[in-house]
Amino acid sequence: MLQIRNLKCYYGGIRALSGVSLSVSRGELVALIGANGAGKSTLLQAICGLSSSWEGEILFDGKSLAGLKPPAIVARGVSMVPEGRLIFPPLSVLDNLKLGAYLRYRQRDHVGVSQDLEKILDLFPVLRERSKQNAGTLSGGEQQMLAVGRSLMANPKFLLLDEPSMGLAPLVVRKIFDTLVQLRETGLTILIVEQNAQAALEIADRGYVLETGRMVLAGEASQLLADKEVKRAYLGKDYSKFYEGRG
Amino acid sequence: MMQELLQYLFAGITNGAIYAVIALGFSTLYNATDLINFAQGEFVMLGALLLVTLWLQLGLPLPLAFVLVVLAVGLAGILFERLAIRTVRKPDPIVLVIITVGASIFLRGVGMVVWGRDPMAVPPFSELESIEIAGAYLLPQSLWIFGIVMILVVALTLFYKRTLTGKAMSACAINKRAASLLGIGTERMTLMAFALATGLGAVAGIMIAPITMATYDMGSMLGLKGFCAAMLGGLGSLWGALLGGFVLGIAEAMGVGFVSSGLKDAIAFLLLLLILYIRPTGILGVKSSHRF
Repeated sequence: MLQIRNLKCYYGGIRALSGVSLSVSRGELVALIGANGAGKSTLLQAICGLSSSWEGEILFDGKSLAGLKPPAIVARGVSMVPEGRLIFPPLSVLDNLKLGAYLRYRQRDHVGVSQDLEKILDLFPVLRERSKQNAGTLSGGEQQMLAVGRSLMANPKFLLLDEPSMGLAPLVVRKIFDTLVQLRETGLTILIVEQNAQAALEIADRGYVLETGRMVLAGEASQLLADKEVKRAYLGKDYSKFYEGRG
Repeated sequence: MMQELLQYLFAGITNGAIYAVIALGFSTLYNATDLINFAQGEFVMLGALLLVTLWLQLGLPLPLAFVLVVLAVGLAGILFERLAIRTVRKPDPIVLVIITVGASIFLRGVGMVVWGRDPMAVPPFSELESIEIAGAYLLPQSLWIFGIVMILVVALTLFYKRTLTGKAMSACAINKRAASLLGIGTERMTLMAFALATGLGAVAGIMIAPITMATYDMGSMLGLKGFCAAMLGGLGSLWGALLGGFVLGIAEAMGVGFVSSGLKDAIAFLLLLLILYIRPTGILGVKSSHRF
C-alpha cells in the first residue's frame, strides 16, 4: 500500500534521512522505532506532505505523492495523527471530530460522516461523555484519543501516528494501543512511529529501526523484540545482567 | 448638563460603532492569520470613495451600491493577499506588518490619484428628521450604523460557531499544520479571511461617509482607531471588538465634549497605552493563554 524507496530528506540544509526504504502492505500494522533525532518524524512529514524537500520515491496505492500538499494527500486516504496531538483546544470535542471530516463534508457525504462519528464515539466512549466540552479541558490521554478519532473521521485507508504514547501514563498507552489493534482488525493499515519501542513492537506485525537517518534493522516485530541490538539500544535491557552479575 | 451628556453619548455610540466594525476587520484577519493589517484603514477609505462613485456619480440604488462596494473591496483584499502577502519569500511577522504599512501608503496614493484631494460629501442613507430624545438629537444615520454593526457581530458569531467553514477558519488560526493535516486548505482560508476583513472595512467606510465626508486620507486615522478598539477589547475577540469600539467612541465623545476638542485623537492612544500597561490581552482577550 505504501512504498518508500531511497528517501532522502533535508531539514534546514542538514540531511535528516539518507536513503531510507520502507513498505507497508494492506492491513498491516508496522512500527517504526528509533531514538530522538533519528529522522522518524521527518519521514512522516514527507509522507503526509508537510515537508516537500525530499528526494526519492513515495508511492501510495502505486501512485506518487510527490508535490502534493497535505489536503490532497488526505483526499487520497492517508490520515496522520500528529506529534503532540495538535487538537484545537478552544473548540468543542465534537467540533474537533467534525473538522476531521472536513473534506467529506465538502463532498456532501453527510450520512457517511454521521455514521463514522457514531463509530468513533463508540470506540472512545469518554469522548461521547465530553463531546460538548472544550477539547482543551481533556486530560492528555483523552486528547490523544481525540486526535486519533479526529484523524479517523477522514475515513482513511492508511493511518499514520507520530509518537502517540508521548507524555502518557503506561495504562493510557496500553488503552490507545489496544484500540489500534482493534482498528487493524477492521482492515485499517497503520504505521506507528514510536520511541516507546516495547509498546509499539508488542502490537505490530513488523518493525523498522531507524538510526541517524538510516534504516539499520527491519523484520518481524517478535524478532525485533528479541534482538540483542534492539534490546540494548531501545528497550533498556542492556545493563540488567551487568547489575545482576555484581549483586 | 443631562442633555449634553446624552448628546455626547449618541455621538460616541455612532463613532464607536464604526470603530467596532474596523476592529472586527482587524480581529477577523488576526484570528485566521495572526497578522495585523495596517492597511485596514485604507480599505475603509476605498469603501467610502467607491460608494461616492457608485451611488452618487453612477446613480445606482443604495442597496446595490452597498453590496457592490463590499464585493469590490473584498476583491481588492484578495488581490492584496495574492500579490503582496503570499509572494513574500520569508514571511516573518515583522516583514508582513511592514508590507501592510507599505500597502497603506500605496492605497492612499491610489485614492488620491483616482478620486482627487478634495473631500466629498455623502448624504445620509435616509432622509428622515432627527429624533429628539430628552432634548438631545439622534441622527437616523446613527440608527443605521448601530443596526448594521449588531447584524455584523451576530452574523460573524454564527459564522464562527455554526458553520463548518467558520470552524475550519478557527482551526487554521489555532494550528495551521494540524488544520492542513485534516484536509483544510489553509491558503484558501487565509484568502477568505482577507476578503472578509477588507469587506468589513468597506462596510465601515460606507457607514462613516455620510458623517465625516470621504477623502483619500481618511483611512490612516480610522485604521489606527480601529486598531486601538481591537486591542482595547482583545484582539481576536468579536465581542471584544464591539466593546472596544464603543468604549473608545464614548470616551472620545466625552473627552471632546467636557474637556477639549484638541484631545480627540489623543484619547485613543492614551487608552491604548493604558490597556497595554494594565491588561495587554485586552478586556475580553484570551488568546495569549496557550497551554502546551
